[in-house]
Amino acid sequence: MKKSLFLGALTVAGLAASAAAAATLDEVKARGKLNCGVTTGLVGFAAPDANGNWEGFDVGVCRAVAAAVLGDPTAVEFVPTTGKTRFTALASGEIDLLARNTTWTFSRDVDLKFTFVGVNYYDGQGFMVPKELGVSSATELDGATVCIQTGTTTELNLADYFRSNNISYEPVPIETNAEAQQQYLAGACDVYTTDASGLAATRATFEAPDEHVLLPEIVSKEPLGPLVRHGDNEWGDIVRWTLNALITAEELGVTSANIADMASAAGNNPEINRLLGTEGTLGEMLGVSADWAKNAIAAGGNYGELFEKNIGEATPIGLARGLNAQWTDGGLLYSPPFR
Amino acid sequence: MSDIHAHSVAFVRDTQLPPAPPPVAETGVVKWLRENLFANWANGLLTIAALYVIYLVASATVPWIVRGVWNTDSLAQCREVLDGVSGACFSVISERWNQLLFGFKYPSELYWRPSLAFAMLFVAAAPVLFFDLPRKLLIFTGLYPFIAFWLIWGGSILTPIVALAGFIIGYFVYERLVTGSFAAGFFGGVATAFAIWFIGGWIIPDGAGLLALEQVPSRDLGGFMLNMMLGVVCVSLSLPLGIALALGRQSNLPLIKGVCVVFIEFVRGVPLITLLFVANVMLSYFFPPGSGVDLFLRVVIMITMFSAAYIAEVIRGGLAALPKGQYEAADSLGLDYPQAMRLIILPQALKISIPGIVNIAVGLFKDTTLVSVISMFDIVGMIRGPILASTEWNGVYWELFMAASVLFFVVCYGISQYSQWLERRLATDHR
Amino acid sequence: MTTLTDPPRESFRLSMLLNDTRYRSFTFQGIALILLIAAIAYLGNNLATNLSAAGLNISYDFLGDPAGYDINQTLIPYNSQSPHLQAAWVGIINTLLVAVLACATATVFGVIAGVLRLSNNWLVAKLMAVYVEMFRNIPVLIWIIIIFTIMTVSMPGPRAFRGDNAESSMLFDMFAFTNRGVYTPGPELTNPLFASTALNWVLVLAVLVGAFFGARALSKWATAKQNATGIRPTTWYWTLAVWFVPVALLLTFMGLTWDIPALKGFNFQGGIKIGGPLIALWFALSIYTGAFIAENVRAGILAVSKGQTEAASALGLRPGRVMNLVVLPQALRVIIPPLISQYLNITKNSSLAIAVGYADITATLGGITLNQTGRAIECVLLLMLFYLVISLSISAVMNVYNNAMKLKER
Repeated sequence: MKKSLFLGALTVAGLAASAAAAATLDEVKARGKLNCGVTTGLVGFAAPDANGNWEGFDVGVCRAVAAAVLGDPTAVEFVPTTGKTRFTALASGEIDLLARNTTWTFSRDVDLKFTFVGVNYYDGQGFMVPKELGVSSATELDGATVCIQTGTTTELNLADYFRSNNISYEPVPIETNAEAQQQYLAGACDVYTTDASGLAATRATFEAPDEHVLLPEIVSKEPLGPLVRHGDNEWGDIVRWTLNALITAEELGVTSANIADMASAAGNNPEINRLLGTEGTLGEMLGVSADWAKNAIAAGGNYGELFEKNIGEATPIGLARGLNAQWTDGGLLYSPPFR
Repeated sequence: MSDIHAHSVAFVRDTQLPPAPPPVAETGVVKWLRENLFANWANGLLTIAALYVIYLVASATVPWIVRGVWNTDSLAQCREVLDGVSGACFSVISERWNQLLFGFKYPSELYWRPSLAFAMLFVAAAPVLFFDLPRKLLIFTGLYPFIAFWLIWGGSILTPIVALAGFIIGYFVYERLVTGSFAAGFFGGVATAFAIWFIGGWIIPDGAGLLALEQVPSRDLGGFMLNMMLGVVCVSLSLPLGIALALGRQSNLPLIKGVCVVFIEFVRGVPLITLLFVANVMLSYFFPPGSGVDLFLRVVIMITMFSAAYIAEVIRGGLAALPKGQYEAADSLGLDYPQAMRLIILPQALKISIPGIVNIAVGLFKDTTLVSVISMFDIVGMIRGPILASTEWNGVYWELFMAASVLFFVVCYGISQYSQWLERRLATDHR
Repeated sequence: MTTLTDPPRESFRLSMLLNDTRYRSFTFQGIALILLIAAIAYLGNNLATNLSAAGLNISYDFLGDPAGYDINQTLIPYNSQSPHLQAAWVGIINTLLVAVLACATATVFGVIAGVLRLSNNWLVAKLMAVYVEMFRNIPVLIWIIIIFTIMTVSMPGPRAFRGDNAESSMLFDMFAFTNRGVYTPGPELTNPLFASTALNWVLVLAVLVGAFFGARALSKWATAKQNATGIRPTTWYWTLAVWFVPVALLLTFMGLTWDIPALKGFNFQGGIKIGGPLIALWFALSIYTGAFIAENVRAGILAVSKGQTEAASALGLRPGRVMNLVVLPQALRVIIPPLISQYLNITKNSSLAIAVGYADITATLGGITLNQTGRAIECVLLLMLFYLVISLSISAVMNVYNNAMKLKER
C-alpha cells in the first residue's frame, strides 16, 4: 500500500510488462498472504464477527488453502465482494481465490475463463413462505410476489422454473440478504427465494422461525465451489487438492484432534500417510511443503468438522448433511484418491 | 368670571397620569404570536396545520426515543426489556459504536490513531478556514497530510518523510527556477520531487523499522472514518486538479481546452455510482498487471476526478465573474500568463468561488456513502452489511440509520454554517 | 528587441519555440498532445495486456442473448426470453419515468417549501428551514433507504386486507395502499375503435391536444375582443367545455369502464399498480431534491430587489399582480438554471434505485445483466454512455433556454 500510494505513478511500463504471467503461487508466497474473495456477509458461510474476524464455511476453505501454501491459516486477507464485483476481482488479480457461494456453471467456466476446482457445497434454490399462507408447494405460487437476492443465478432459475410451470409471479430484486429479509418479514413479498442453505441460515435468525416453512421444491442445482483464474494450472491444482484433502480427511477419519498423532509418524494406512506427507512426495509434486495437507486440515478440521462447526445441525443455521455427506454415507462428496 | 369658570370646571388635573400599559394584544408574547403566527386567517390555518404536523412527528418519535434501551446485547433482549411497548433499541449503537466509526477490521487497540488524526484535522483546517489565525499555523496544515497518513496507515515514518521531502525539495527547486520561467520552475520542481521519491523508494525498505507504527492495510478502514477520509482526501486532491481544469477550459490553446472540456463534461454527465463501478470493476484493468492498486486508492482516484470536474466549474464561474479589467491590467503590467494567474487572477477568483467549493465539498462528503454499493464498509455499508447481517441485530433499522444521519447532519450542517458565515464575511469585504 | 526593427527577416530558431509567444502555444500543445497520446497508449496497452492475460475480449454480442430474468415493472413488452438489449431498454424507460415523475414533484415540493420559508408565519418558516436543512445535510442514499423502510414496515401487506374483519380496508373500495405499492382503478375500453390499446389512448391524447389548441384560440379571441372593446367576454365555461366535452364524448363512445383492483390470491389483481420501489424512489428523490430546489427558489425571490416590489406597488398593482407580473418573471431567470441542474441531479441520483430494487438501467444493464454475463467493462461503458447522452441533452436544452432568457442589453 504505502509504496503504491506515491510510487504507483513511478511503476513504469517496463517494470510491469514482464510481470504479466507471474505464477499465482509465487505471488502468494512473496506476499506472505492469500487474498481470498468472500461474500460481504452471509452468516455461516462467511461473515465477520463482532471483533472483525471472518468466520464460516467458505472462510474455512480460504484458511485451509493459506495453511497449505504458507503454513499459516491466519495469513489470509479476506476481500469482501458482491455479486457484481467478484468475477472482476478474480480476473484482475485482486484476489487469488474466490470462495463465495459461487455456482459452477458452463458459461462462468468457459466464457468468463475461470476454473472451478471442485464443489464444497451442493446446494439448490428453494422457497420460503410464511406458514399462514397455507402453501405447501411452489406450484401453488401463481401470482405471488417473490423476493430475490440479486447477483446470483437465482433470478435465472426462478424465471425458468415459473416459465416451465406456466405460472406468473412478480420479482422483487433486493441487494442484500438483510434487506430481502426485512421485505419478506414485512409482507412486501410472499416468498423469499435463494439457495436453500441461505434460506435456512436466514430463517434461523428470525424471531419466530417456526412460522415459516421451506417448500419441498428445489428448483435448481447449485454446486457451490471455490474458483481460480484460467491458465494457472499449478495454482488451480493446489486449491483443488486442498479441498480434496479436507474431504478425504473426513473419509479417512483424520480430524484436527488426531492429526498431530497421525502425522508424527507413518501409520499403517498408506493413503493417510501419503495425504499427511509421511510417505511419498505429493507435496513436492504440488510445489508446496510436504506437510501441506496436515496444515490445511489442522487449520479448521476436515470437511465434516468445518461443516458441523459453521453450518451443521448444532449451529443456529442447522443444515443437515444431505447431499453433502460422504459418498460412503449416500452423499455426493467423492474425492479422487491421493496417489 | 373666574369664579364661574372655577365652578364650571369640576376638576383640573395637575399631575400627569402614569402611562397606561399598551393593550394586551399589542405587547409581549401576544403581539409576537399575533404578528408571527396569526396575522390573518390564512396564516392562522397554516400555523395550526404546522402545529399538527409537529404533533404527529413528535408523538411518533418522542416516546419511542425516550423509552429507548441502551444496554442490552441483542435485539431479542431489547424486545424483552421493552416487553411489547414500542421503543428504540439504542443498544445496537452503544455496542457497535466503534464499528460504526472505524469499521469492523481496524484493530481496536489502535483506535487512538485515527482519533488523534481526526483531532489534528481541526488544527490543520483552522488556518485555512479562518483567515485571522496566525499564518504560521499553515506550516502544520502542510505537514498534516503526512502525519495523518502515518497515523492511519502506520508503517515506517520514513514513508511520509520521503514524500514530504520530495515536496519540499521540489518546491525549493521551483522557487529557484520560477524566476526564469514558470514552466522551467514547475517542471523542474516536479522532476526533482519524483527523483527524490524514486530514491526514497530504495531507502524505505531498509529503514522499515524506524519509528514504525503497526501497519493497517487500507482494506481494513471502514465506518464513518472511511467517509471522513474519502471526503477530506478527495476534496483536497481535487482542488489543484480543479484549478488546473478550470484554467485549461479558459485557455486559448484549442487542444488543452478541448481535453479539459471533454473531461469535465464527461465526468459531470455520469452519476458518481457509475464512476465507482469503474473504480471497482474496470480500473484495475488499466493498471499494469500485478501492480495491485487497492480498492481504496482506485475509489480515491475516481472520486477525485468527479469532484475536480465540479470544482473546476465553480472556479470557472469565479474566473468569469472577475472584471475584464483585471486581466487587462495584469497584461499591461507585463506579467506573463503564469504570473498573471498566480498573482492577480486566481487569488481573486478563488475567493469568489469559496462558498461554491464548500457546497461541492459537502455534497461530495455525502456522496461518499455510495461506496457502500461497491462493497466498501463505510458507515452505510457497515449498517447494511455486517451489523444487520449479524444474528444479534438483525431487524434494527431506525436506530442505526438515525445514528448515521445524526453524524452526517452534524458535519454537513457545521460546514454549511461555516460557508454562510464566510459568504457574509466576504460580502462585507467587497463593500 | 531586434524583432521590432525587422521581424519578417528573422529566421526561425529552436529557442523561439520556448521564448516567442507566437510559437510557444505550439510547443505546449505539442507537449500536451504527446503526453495525452502516451497516457492513452499506456492505459490502452495495460488494458489489452490484462484482458489477453485473463483471456477476455471486449464484445457486445451478449446484448443479443436472452436475458433470462424477469423484471417487475415493464412498460414495453418484455419477458425472460427477451434479449439483454430489451432489458436495457426497459431499464432506460424506467429510469426516465422515475426521473420525470420526481422532477415534477420535486419542483412542487421545492416551490412550496421555498415560498413558505419566506412566509411571515414564524412557525411555518422555521418548519420549512428544518425540512430543508434535514434533507440537505443527510446523504440521499440514507434517505432512500429510510423511506423505503418506512414504506415496507408501516404500510399494510395485502394479507392485512384479507378476511371479514380485515385490519386494513381499501379507500373508497377503489384504492389499495399496500407495502407492495398502490393499486388504483385502471381505465378500460369496452368498445375500442382500434385493435391496439395504445392506439386508442393515442387518439384520446390527440383529442386533448386539440382541446388545448382550442382553448388557446378561445383565449386569444377573448383578448382580441378585450383589446377592441375594453370588456373581456366571460369565457370560462366555454374553456371548460372545449376541454372536457370532446374527450368525454369520445370516451363514452369507446365504452370507458374502470377496472377496480381486487384481492385475488396473493396480490391485488386488476387496475393499475404503482410499485413500492417506484413510489419509494420517487418520493425520496422528490423530497430530497425538493429541499435543494426550495433554496434555489428562495434565493431567486430574494434576488429580486425590493425596489422592484415597491415600484410595482407604487404603480398601484395588487399584491397578486406584483408577484405575477414583476417578481416572478425576474426571479425565474435566477431560479431556472439551478433548477435544471437539479433535474440533472435527479436523473443521476435515480441510479441509486438499486438500493430499493427498482428496475432502472443501473439495476438491469448495470446490475443483473452485468452479474449474469460478467461483461463488466461493456456494461459499465454502455451505462455511462446512456447517462452522458441524457445529461448532455438536458444541458443543451438549458443552454438554449439561457440564451433566450439572457438579459438583452442595449
